[in-house]
Amino acid sequence: MAALTREETEALIQEVLEVYPDKAKKDRAKHLMVNDKELESSKKCITSNRKSLPGVMTMRGCAYAGSKGVVWGPIKDMISISHGPIGCGQYARGGRRNYYVGTTGVDTFCEMNFTSDFQEKDIVFGGDKKLAKLINEIELLFPLNKGISIQSECPVGLIGDDIEAVAKKAAAQINKPVVPVRCEGFRGVSQSLGHHIANDSVRDWIISNRDGQAFEKTPYDVAILGDYNIGGDAWASRILLEEMGLRVVAQWSGDGTLAEMENTPNVKLNLLHCYRSMNYISRHMEEKYGIPWLEYNFFGPTKIAESLRKIASYFDDRIKEGAERVIEKYTPAMNEVIAKFKPRLKGKKVMLYVGGLRPRHVVGAYEDLGMEVVGTGYEFAHNDDYDRTIKDMGEATLIYDDATGHELDEFVKAMKPDLIGSGIKEKYVFHKMGFPFRQMHSWDYSGPYHGYDGFAVFAKDMDLTLNNPCWKLIQAPWTKPAVEAVQEAA
Amino acid sequence: MANIMIRSSDKGYVFYLPKRDLEASIESIEFDTPEKWGGELKLDNGGSYYIEPQVKPARLPISLRARRLGAVED
Ligand code: SF4
Repeated sequence: MAALTREETEALIQEVLEVYPDKAKKDRAKHLMVNDKELESSKKCITSNRKSLPGVMTMRGCAYAGSKGVVWGPIKDMISISHGPIGCGQYARGGRRNYYVGTTGVDTFCEMNFTSDFQEKDIVFGGDKKLAKLINEIELLFPLNKGISIQSECPVGLIGDDIEAVAKKAAAQINKPVVPVRCEGFRGVSQSLGHHIANDSVRDWIISNRDGQAFEKTPYDVAILGDYNIGGDAWASRILLEEMGLRVVAQWSGDGTLAEMENTPNVKLNLLHCYRSMNYISRHMEEKYGIPWLEYNFFGPTKIAESLRKIASYFDDRIKEGAERVIEKYTPAMNEVIAKFKPRLKGKKVMLYVGGLRPRHVVGAYEDLGMEVVGTGYEFAHNDDYDRTIKDMGEATLIYDDATGHELDEFVKAMKPDLIGSGIKEKYVFHKMGFPFRQMHSWDYSGPYHGYDGFAVFAKDMDLTLNNPCWKLIQAPWTKPAVEAVQEAA
Repeated sequence: MANIMIRSSDKGYVFYLPKRDLEASIESIEFDTPEKWGGELKLDNGGSYYIEPQVKPARLPISLRARRLGAVED
């Protein structure tokens, strides 16, 4: 049962659109839909990956964020230079909580901010010299780095610096890969193009580095793609794959290394968790090296079991038995988790607004706990994401693409969910409105949420948030009577 | 002309246009024999593309140059 009927949901969309001027209304109407499971393609009902409407609040990031923040940043033994003014890197630093093992500043570098710190004179005279100097400095101070990537910020593209030339020269000098990435923030409509650009630069500068070199293969080699080890996610996934008998050659890119990425063309199967950010390189490896790729979902026991079996179907009986063994081993523990938390969470309604893969992937985990996702949406999805979402969502649920601040507020007010899962930009507004809220980009300082271990943490977190007595005590400041406000001010 | 990629899935051929991140199922392909393969591709999103007929590729996916037929779909 959805929270609202199809007609009610449609009426709600119309009501929310009412406040916009005609042109904006027409544009935004295309980004909102009521789910219809019968549909094969989302194309007719929802438009996505379009420029955000000027004048409304959007929750999107930029191409630089997609490349540096998501794809390149978590590679632990490479140094990613934020090339341009200092702010882009500094304000985004460490925000995604990509865990890794290593000694920061010695052999691993994710938490540090390397930047060329552009000043006015660099804009006027160009930043190439500074970049070359910076690379030498890095080499001197951090000799254990395995390679360098240059992440362009907006000004680099605007002033027309030739970072490719600098990169080539530097690479020859230091004898390590130096990768120029043209991910200036103004490219594309969201961080999504940044993922694509980052994938393309991996394809052009990294993936074929070890072609023709000897590698000790086994028939059970796989790579994890699109897992950024947020709060330890990739670790919780990796142990399951290893327990079923597979050998994980590479993790892309959470807690991953350059060597792992270079070795990936040797695997038998690429396992793709975040389709949005790494489908590009998977497609490339499929074409060039004949490695098939498989989308899987490690949120919640139902989906995990399904995924483990799907993965095993690509291998022989040993792995198939391994998958069954793993599922059997963890089922009692999972049943305990469900027995404990389901009674406290059953029937509760959730609204999501996240990016990447989560708006559809976490639905199964909520359903395992007896909860229902009544509305979902992506910040920067494309139509292929919505095609995949339609099947996972309940009938008549609300779906919103690149939702604006106004739309989210109004949807929440009308649908009154018991829990909202979204990002840091939405968090405090909904807190003030008195809605239980989880930050679902980096798990609100918790995690992991992937895998069986992750599900236990997930269930506990949802319970802690949802059943916290504090929500009832909150009254939004803007709904307090005016008199009180005056008295307070006095 | 655009660069496209064709791969096969359990539901038939899949069309992919990297430039626009567009993925769509191919509903029909004009020629689908080992000797002659290609021609007009009709997509499930209403678009259609044309690839030079050629010998069927030994392995999919394959990147090809294609020409768009008809109006631009979004
Ligand atoms: S849009 Fe440009 S200036 Fe802003 S954070 Fe992104 S790269 Fe930096």
